Amino acid sequence: MGMTITEKILANASGREHVSPGENIWVSADILMTHDVCGPGTIGVFKREFGEKAKVWDPEGVVIIPDHYIFTADEKCHRNVDALRAFVKEQKLPYFYDPGTSSYSGVCHVTLPEKGHCRPGEVLFGTDSHTCTHGALGEFATGIGNTDAGFVMGTGKLLIKVPPTIKFVIDGKLPKGVTAKDIILRIIGDIGVDGATYCAMEFAGTTIEGLSVEERMTICNMAIEAGGKNGIIAPDEKTIEYVKSKTSKPFKCFHSDPDAQYLTVRRYRGEEFVPVVALPFSPDNVKSAKDASKVKIDRSYIGSCTGGKITDFIFAAELLKGHKVSVDTFLVPSTVEVEQALKKIKIDGKTLVKIFAEAGCIEPAPPSCAACLGGPVDTFGRCNDGEVCVSTTNRNFPGRMGSKDSQTILASPYTAAASAITGHITDPREFLK
Amino acid sequence: MADNIIRGKVFITGDNIDTDQIIPAQYLNLVPTIKEEYEKLGSYALCGLPDEYKTRYMAEGKTKTEYPIIIGGSNFGCGSSREHAPISLGAAGCKAVIAKSFARIFFRNCIATGEVYPVETPENLNKILKTGDEVEINFDARTVKVLSSGKVYNTNDLGAVKEVIDAGGIFSFARKSKMIK
Repeated sequence: MGMTITEKILANASGREHVSPGENIWVSADILMTHDVCGPGTIGVFKREFGEKAKVWDPEGVVIIPDHYIFTADEKCHRNVDALRAFVKEQKLPYFYDPGTSSYSGVCHVTLPEKGHCRPGEVLFGTDSHTCTHGALGEFATGIGNTDAGFVMGTGKLLIKVPPTIKFVIDGKLPKGVTAKDIILRIIGDIGVDGATYCAMEFAGTTIEGLSVEERMTICNMAIEAGGKNGIIAPDEKTIEYVKSKTSKPFKCFHSDPDAQYLTVRRYRGEEFVPVVALPFSPDNVKSAKDASKVKIDRSYIGSCTGGKITDFIFAAELLKGHKVSVDTFLVPSTVEVEQALKKIKIDGKTLVKIFAEAGCIEPAPPSCAACLGGPVDTFGRCNDGEVCVSTTNRNFPGRMGSKDSQTILASPYTAAASAITGHITDPREFLK
Repeated sequence: MADNIIRGKVFITGDNIDTDQIIPAQYLNLVPTIKEEYEKLGSYALCGLPDEYKTRYMAEGKTKTEYPIIIGGSNFGCGSSREHAPISLGAAGCKAVIAKSFARIFFRNCIATGEVYPVETPENLNKILKTGDEVEINFDARTVKVLSSGKVYNTNDLGAVKEVIDAGGIFSFARKSKMIK
């Protein structure tokens, strides 16, 4: 019987010929990523269980990326980054992106592929639910808690259940103004926030093949918002070219067999997709941007692992060029590389930063997770009151971006930008004619 | 757990109680493996629930809850992989969460940490019971009994994960099976 790409990667990582959904297997990890919010607790578990003098299973395999609470006056947050620094020194870890130094990068899920830590065929565990992002590069990647991460840190292994796979086949051409964010929001709206609980979500078809690697990351990033264990897209020439431009390490490409077994297969036509939003308070509360046009907003936010990549800012700038925003518009590039690109990439001779400045956006903040998850009260862009924020981020449960009284509306960068101009939810095609 | 029974008052919540409602992100600067911060996480348990929840899980100024059992609907614990979520519940004195279904990482973190028992029931007990009702969870019999009425509801089988719970979490399980020393 054939296997899916997820099953093949897990079989390879567990030294087996074949695995089936539901089996509990020990898999070997290639990469364990942790950050400032879960790193200190993970290290605490690691030391408690393996001893004060224990060594990590493989220094090359542990990647530490502080990104959540970096630009805050909160002393505990600073202490947590210091704990990471001490651990990196003690264990001689080569991959540490230290805030306040030239090695600082920003959001872990954009840093990992940028710095060549994501490779097809590998197994990547991270102490962050959006670790599923990296399935976009043809690997198995999933989020875990501190205790499991402490275990991986000491052994390089983890006991996991092989997930059944739901396949999403999307063929055809996307209409202008529709992005990967609209695809994944629509899918979450269709299957619900628990529609893929415990499952692998495999995305395939000509529409997916037509997307850039970054746009594929946006799709896999939100697999967790449907309860998925991992999102995955088979590697193709674009993937290989991208990965080879970031790392010289070898990797292995897996593909689903034609006779692989799926829990269900859902088919879509690319042409059917429209710009959508997820209204408060759930990522599956999806409406077309057009149908939600009566909803007024107080601010617009473009950032995060989901919507703060170079591509996302290009979309936003394309739309904002020559217009003025009517609400506070917050821009948070996910990484230093993205921040630098904003100053270099030009549309019609103008840099993205110039376009944003002329449109009246607030000057971009330094890279971090910032207000995507609220964070300490002094976080840039945090909703501290009853604001209604249209945002390129990933979750909109009560209080997600700060105050319990605030509301988050999830949207693509195009829709967040169009809505920033009008002050209410707006179908970006009104500006992209 | 003594004699495989948990007894106490329940606190009722709804569907899709996400990790931001269990422990808002502003408190993630607390590190669960530091004792005082573990206690502090407990004092914030479920403080992200909207104000419509008139009865709060943690009474003002208290570090322990009077509700050792939380009842949710579908998809309890969705959202972040933060282990602070089950830990804040455990630190607050919660022993078990009963729900129609759980989000994968939360469920896994409950088991890995041993902080709270995740119990699935085929019925939506959050629609049947009210906050303050007393129940008894019997893990051997796989039942939830309502003490006032004597009515009994079944719980789902834990499946293969039970051997990890019985061993006392992922580390004990790995030691028992000689994976690690």
